[in-house]
This record gives sequence, structure tokens and C-alpha cells, in this order.
Amino acid sequence: MILTTLILGLVLGSTYALLALGLTLQYGIARIMNLAYGELTLVGAFVLVAVFQQLGLSPLIAMILIAPAGYALGWFLYQGMMRPLVKRSGARGRLEVDSILATFGLLFLIQGILLMLFGANFTSISYLDRGVNVLGVSVALNRLIAFGICVVAGGALVLALAKTRWGLIMRAVALTPGSAPLVGIDVNKVARQGFALGTALAVVAGASIAMYQTFSATDGVVFTMKALVIVIMGGVGNVKGALVAGIALGLLETFVATAIDPGLTLAATFAIFLVVLLWRPQGLFGAR
Amino acid sequence: MKRFTRRTSICALSFTVASAITLPAVPAVAQDDTISIGYAVARTGPNATGAGITTIPNYELWVDTVNKSGGLTMPDGSRRMIEVVEYDNRSSNEDLVRTIERLASQDEVDLILPPWGTGANLAIAPLMARFGYPQLAVTAVTDKAPEFAARWDRSFWMLGGGHDYAAGLVDVLSTARDAGTINDKVAVVSVADGFGIDLISGARPAFEEAGFELVYDESYPLGTSDFAAIMSEAQGSGADSFVAFSYPPGSFGMTKTAQSMGYNPKAFYISVGGAFPIYPGIADGKAEGVMAIGGVNADSPAIQEYFARHTEFVGNPPDSWASAITYASLEMLAQAIERVGLDHEALATEISTGTFDTVIGEVKLEDNQLRDLWWVGQWQGGAFRAINPADAEGASTPIIPKPEW
Repeated sequence: MILTTLILGLVLGSTYALLALGLTLQYGIARIMNLAYGELTLVGAFVLVAVFQQLGLSPLIAMILIAPAGYALGWFLYQGMMRPLVKRSGARGRLEVDSILATFGLLFLIQGILLMLFGANFTSISYLDRGVNVLGVSVALNRLIAFGICVVAGGALVLALAKTRWGLIMRAVALTPGSAPLVGIDVNKVARQGFALGTALAVVAGASIAMYQTFSATDGVVFTMKALVIVIMGGVGNVKGALVAGIALGLLETFVATAIDPGLTLAATFAIFLVVLLWRPQGLFGAR
Repeated sequence: MKRFTRRTSICALSFTVASAITLPAVPAVAQDDTISIGYAVARTGPNATGAGITTIPNYELWVDTVNKSGGLTMPDGSRRMIEVVEYDNRSSNEDLVRTIERLASQDEVDLILPPWGTGANLAIAPLMARFGYPQLAVTAVTDKAPEFAARWDRSFWMLGGGHDYAAGLVDVLSTARDAGTINDKVAVVSVADGFGIDLISGARPAFEEAGFELVYDESYPLGTSDFAAIMSEAQGSGADSFVAFSYPPGSFGMTKTAQSMGYNPKAFYISVGGAFPIYPGIADGKAEGVMAIGGVNADSPAIQEYFARHTEFVGNPPDSWASAITYASLEMLAQAIERVGLDHEALATEISTGTFDTVIGEVKLEDNQLRDLWWVGQWQGGAFRAINPADAEGASTPIIPKPEW
């Protein structure tokens, strides 16, 4: 019973964490609060389905191709759309508000394109949709894959940010974008990398969602909302925080659903969210 | 890593919430020798999926069919083409109401077709009544239909109420239990939103009255995407029947979860979405025996012809619940116009009292409501066939127990 809750919760939580990783990177490093984030994950999901159905490519191979494509998409988005905003914003507050407004528009643009290309219908594929026995608990294999991607991507990110020179530069830009150029860091390049990497993670998360969940072109807001809650809970821009908050949320939801009442999962999520906002508005792992 | 302000988060959150709203649409001009028909449907936003499956394709198919045949026939035998004035209501009731006002007072269209969804139809009902337009509310499931029909006498409610569907399901399961096929334990879950609440509140007393024991009875919030915990509880409950009063994402999610964990109840029922043409694909080709809301008389030549026409025009078959009824409502409208013309009062009276020949057979409304409906359907041999009311003409025999996934 407890083991079931634990395993199901971990698997669910990892899919949440994977969803939030990209958003936290985009805000943490590029300082862009991307409200079109959910739409970007949907792009990944739709592309995976299209590639799977039209070309018969295995979703796992498709995902390896989708990740760099997402990186390129993010690169161009930043260069074409965000860069002018960054350029004209002197103070930090301005960029936050501007990026929220701009990506709010982007949300509708992407949603419109998706509706035009793929229609309003529910989309779903069946891939590795069979149960796997994990310590006596039956878990869907496609969710386990999402769990694996989350562990690998999240772990690699945490390690890279903490241990490598690249991570050091990223952290420097995240911490004080104003002073980073003084030590020879190209802030624009680093921010672009951060945004592109975030987009790559977004489309990979979307592609993994496509394997286990039914979705439609108008679902983006749901994903943005979930990711936003996790990101704010974990501390904005904090990769470790997003991982922990996502997994905690999954565990909490599963625990509430089995032990108390499935009707209260959403209430529990937002209760925790409220407590975090009141008690640690900078997030669980955020620095004040 | 970075300090984050409360202002940013509140700003971001409120924008995210607001994203289910607004933007204007393109108007069109009506001419005298055509009949202008206006509608405001959800092209974008959360309702776009429902409207895109059930409502919009049928409107477009009907307009295309009518115009290709030379237009709508008037009482004097002349033909007039249909000209469509369409707006996107962006799934927002505020926009919807504004657009209906615009259609009625600015575009002055001859007729207005309803939007998709119970809430949307209720939102425009007072307005339609004020402007005097007949309202063929097809995609509205409400137990208060008799009340509404009495309050707005030009409104027509054509999809029954939650209690009807719940009672139909209990009827199917009772028959199976009396035959000794299933035990008297039922596991039921419901989405905590208008439709799910309506159905479960109708189903609880009906199940108890029929002597069933609800061994698992929980609700889940709208937007739930993971059903592993719920399904494993239901599996362990000892019930032979699994019932979900769910919306499409939930219906699909529960099907997939049940398959991946090897949960094989003898009766498996889901609600909205089960009758969608994509369902067998979602169930990985193993939909046989799954029961859901709605159903069509799959043997009827009229339905078969409609399915074929829909598939050819839209690119995919219609859903087997409200689509055929939506199309039938438009056929009723056309026949009523042929008999009495475009005067709104005469038209409403004719729809209310007349008898019509449609794809779902001969239709006559009772107190402005369509009561001759299918409550439960089941996937049998690749078609979603109606199984309840069992004594109605064209009903198929239920397959219980359901074959294993």
C-alpha cells in the first residue's frame, strides 16, 4: 500500500519535474517568464505523434531528433523575439513584464498554428502502453521512460551546473547578469543558450507526455500552469528545486488520492503552493 | 539562483488564467436572396475540442449539403442559398454573449445556430429568447431541460439529462446482475465538474435502489491526468463493474491505465469520449465491449449513409453520441423552414409540434425536448452500438462480461 503510493507518486512526480525543468531554466538564466511554455511542450508532443504516425519512426528515436530541433527553435525564438526585449530593458523588472506580455501573445500564435495544422481533436498514440512490475506495483512502461528521462536530464543538469565551467558561467549570468560581462562572459550568448536549452527540455517533456497521455491543441495552459506552480515552489531558476518540488507534488497527489480522496488532489496541490508562497515566497530552494 | 518577486508570479499566474479569453473575429455581409445563418462556436480555447468534434463539422457538412443541392426550400417552393456568418467565441461565455448580440442586432442574421456545450447554451438562452430566435440546444445535457423549455418557449433541448444516462446505465448493469453475469458491487469515479456531478448524483440513488453496493465511490478534479492511483484502488475493491462519469481526457486516461495495469472488470463504462471515432485507436484496437454514453443505431441505413458522408466531407467519422443529433436538428430546421418560412414564431411552433424525418429516424419533440434518445452504447465489432433503452428499435444486445483487453 505505502510502496504502491510511493512508486506511483515517484513516477508521476518525475513527469511533473521533467515538465518544469525547462521553464525554470528559461526564467533562471534568460530571465524570460515564458507563458507560451505549455504550447512549446505541445509542439514537441504533436511533432512526435506526426513523426510516429507518418514516418513510423519509433518515439524514442524521434525524441532524440526532437531535442536538438527544440534547441534550434528556442535559439531562433530568443534571437528573433526575446533579444529585442532584452536589449531595450535596462532595469530587470521591465524585462519580466515585457517577456510575460510577449510570450502571452506567442501562446495564442502557437496555439493557432497547432489548431490549423492538427485540428481540435484529441490526439493520442499507443506506445509501450503495457504494465511493468516494479517491486510488485504495475507501472506503465511509457511513464517509466518519462521517469528515466527526468532522472537523466535533471541529474545531468544539476551536475553540469554545479561542476563544470559551463555551469559556472550559467550560474554567473543567472546571479548577476550586470556584472558577468566584466569577467568576459557574453551574457547574450549564455542567455540564448539557457533559453534554447529550456525549449529543448520543453519539447522533450512534451514528446514524453505524448507517449502516455491524450492531449489536444488547447491543453498548453494546463501544462504551463503545472510547470509554473512547480517552478515557483522550487524556487525560480533552481533546477534542484524544480526536481524536488515536482516529485514532492507527485507523491502528495498520489498519497491524497489513495489515502484521503482523489477529489482533493488539486486542493492539496494549491494548499501546499499557498503555504510555500506565504512561508518561503522565494521558493523551497530559492535564496533570499 | 535568482531572486524571484511575488509580483512576477502573480502577474504570470493571472495571465495564464486569462489565456482562455478574447480576440475579435471577421464579419460577413448578408444578402437578400440568401438566408444568413450565424453561429459563434469555439474555434480556440478549452471548448474547441468538443466543438471541433461534434458541432462545427456538422454545421459545415449541413451547409455544404444544402447549398450543393440548390439551397434551402422556402414554403413557396423557391430555393435560397445559405450564407454563413461565423465567429469564434474563444470558449468564453462573455465573448459568446457579445457575439450573439452582434449576430442578432448588427448582422441581423435570419437564424442563429447554438454553440457547443451545456454552459454556453444556458448562457445564450435568455438572449436568444429576447431576440426571439429559436434555439436548438443540442449539446446541452441538463436535468432542468423541462424547466428551461418552459421558461424560454423557443428553446429546444435535445440531449436529455444526467439522470437519464445514469438510469440507463443502472438498467444495463441490473440486467447483467440478475442474469448472474456480474456481482452487485460497483466501483464508480466521477469528475468533479458540472457533468460528472450531475451524473453521479443521479446514479447513486439509482444504484442503491437497484440493490447495488458502491464499494468505491470517489471524485477527481478536472484536469487530472494520472489515474494510476484511482484505478489500482478500483481494481482492489472487488467490484465487477467499473463506472467512470468522465470527460474525454479522463475517459482516455483511464482506458490506457486499465490496459497497462491489466485491470479487467467485467463491465467497463466511461462517459464522454467513449463514443468518439478515435476511441478504438486510443484503446489500441481493444475497444470491444467498452460501454459509454450515447450510441447510434448502427444498422440503420440513414445513419450509415450519414457516417459515410461525414467521413468523406470532414475526413473522419462523426462521434456516435451528439453528432447525429446535431445533424438531425439541422435537418429539422430545414424541414420546418420549408413548411413555414423564416418567421421565428412560426418556425418555433413548427419545430415544437411538427414531425421530422432525419438521420436518427422520425423525430417529434415532447415539450420542446428530444426524449427518444440512446442512453448507453457499447463498442461491438468496430462500431459503437446503442444498447439502452433495450426495448427501443435498433438496440443491440450488450456484451457482458467484456472480453479482456
